[in-house]
Amino acid sequence: MTSVRESTGPAGPDAEPVVEAVGLGRDFVLTEGPFLRRRRRTVSAVDGVTLTVRPGEIVGYLGPNGAGKSSTMKMLTGILAPTRGHLRVTGLEPSRQRTRLAGRIGVVFGQRTTLWWDLPLRDSLALTRHMYRIPAADHARRLAELTELLELGPFLATPVRQLSLGQRMRGDLTAALLHAPRLLVLDEPTIGLDVVSKSTIREFLLRLNTEEGTTILLTTHDLGDVERLCERVVVIDRGSLAYDGGLDGLRASVPTPRVLVVDLAAPAPPIGVEGGRCVRVDGPRQWLELSENPAAVISRVAQRHEVVDLTLREPDIEGVVAALYRGTVASGGV
Amino acid sequence: MADVLARARESVAWPVRAYLLLAWTWCRALAQYPASLVMMTLATSLGVFAEIGAVIVVFGHAGRLEGFGLAEGLLIAGLSATAFACADMILGMVEHLGRHIRAGTLDVMLVRPVPPLVQMATDRFAPRRLGRVVPGAVIVTVALAECDIDWTLGRALMLPVLLVSGTAICCSVWVIGSCLQFFVADAREAANSVTYGGQALTEYPLAVYGRDVVRAVTFVLPLAFVTWQPVLYLLDRPDPTGLPDALRFATPVVAVAMCLVAAFCWRTGLRHYRSTGS
Repeated sequence: MTSVRESTGPAGPDAEPVVEAVGLGRDFVLTEGPFLRRRRRTVSAVDGVTLTVRPGEIVGYLGPNGAGKSSTMKMLTGILAPTRGHLRVTGLEPSRQRTRLAGRIGVVFGQRTTLWWDLPLRDSLALTRHMYRIPAADHARRLAELTELLELGPFLATPVRQLSLGQRMRGDLTAALLHAPRLLVLDEPTIGLDVVSKSTIREFLLRLNTEEGTTILLTTHDLGDVERLCERVVVIDRGSLAYDGGLDGLRASVPTPRVLVVDLAAPAPPIGVEGGRCVRVDGPRQWLELSENPAAVISRVAQRHEVVDLTLREPDIEGVVAALYRGTVASGGV
Repeated sequence: MADVLARARESVAWPVRAYLLLAWTWCRALAQYPASLVMMTLATSLGVFAEIGAVIVVFGHAGRLEGFGLAEGLLIAGLSATAFACADMILGMVEHLGRHIRAGTLDVMLVRPVPPLVQMATDRFAPRRLGRVVPGAVIVTVALAECDIDWTLGRALMLPVLLVSGTAICCSVWVIGSCLQFFVADAREAANSVTYGGQALTEYPLAVYGRDVVRAVTFVLPLAFVTWQPVLYLLDRPDPTGLPDALRFATPVVAVAMCLVAAFCWRTGLRHYRSTGS
């Protein structure tokens, strides 16, 4: 799979970028206080984001809640007008050419459906066909393809409100892809899905990217999504870019220790062993931050305490992002 | 020239075509539940009969109102019901704008290549809305036959123009009222006082309300052009409130002006939304 992705992966630097943002910023004016004594305060949700996405890339857009992810996505899709900066998506200015842009991009919001609640999936997709002015023959062919890939067959006739979350998400993806968009924008596509559904959707997205060269931009809180899909991640925090590069680079740039969760037979004072620093105690359960390989630390703990259970926690992407932000502040970066 | 034509096609023909396609798809989808459809249609039409019944009772007791008899009163009530029912059918769903904003479905509409107004108006487009149009139209037909109208060619030609204008004015009022929800999320009830309240007002000869009300609904919120001025024209009566007779010919002009105001309000509201992203 990897070799295929490299061969059709990101096009050379000469290809026209799918997304081109320079100094993109968005302010919100908040009014607060009682009536008449109301004060206005300007807050920057996004500030000075510069980002280029080339055709064929899969880019993960990460950041804690409230970092400006959604605002950026809304600007890219034309829902929100930027306050400042230059923005082109597939060569169009999203805010002014929103309707034309809509024909070139597909958008999926994980938290809300773009399908019609009361209609069978098939009818929802028929409405989509009319909206995007897809010729009937193309629609039929494309729908047949997507039906097979995403296994929609069994629930095409089911009203959307009766679909499971995983089925609905597959339906949403289909609706967003019927017009063969160049760019697919996904806002938390796997939120709330079970492992099997997540994996189905990830594999489908990879296939879409390799076979059709669709550029994919996704926001997610799911490390699995990022690891499986994204060669490149962009981290935004408090409105500004904190990182832009490979996933490995992101991990390497911020050393975040793994955590060993130990369940002892009985509550004990904080464990003090070489290579593991106790960071939290809750009854018989203790959290050790590892600075050595886990096997060595586990054997040391087991020698001194009666251990009932052990879990090893990998640093999640949120932790990496949070550490990254603390790091940039400490070094005076950003 | 070709460019102008292409732009006209894109900004006028495509939204209309999209409207019809989407409405048709919704109708077909909802027609899969025929029993529910028939029940809902009948229930909807009951409302019209109740309103018309009230008009008949009023005229039954009063005999004549400001010189208008029962048949003429029914003509006014019928035109009012028809125009509002048409507007409700075409654009009524726009009043759910606030819900779309809160649920985030407006964002979804904004990333589709169809004007959001068209998407919102056709949302759940149901043939049951004909349940209000058909009884209204029947009452207008009966009343037209009963009234003593001097049918000239001009009058016959003006009738459809007046109906279209009345519907257009109602649609505009509906859109303008809904636009409030771009700024105040719960403005729907406030807007309903104008939309549904407006219909109640236009069901009776306007002269019964007194001069100030008539002037307000002529020059401020021109609901007088939905039924009152057209009926004065059809019956060839002088205006009992003393406004110039020439006013009745302004109906189509008022309709066009109202549509422009509505379009402006909608664009302003949408721009406000897209710049606040609430």
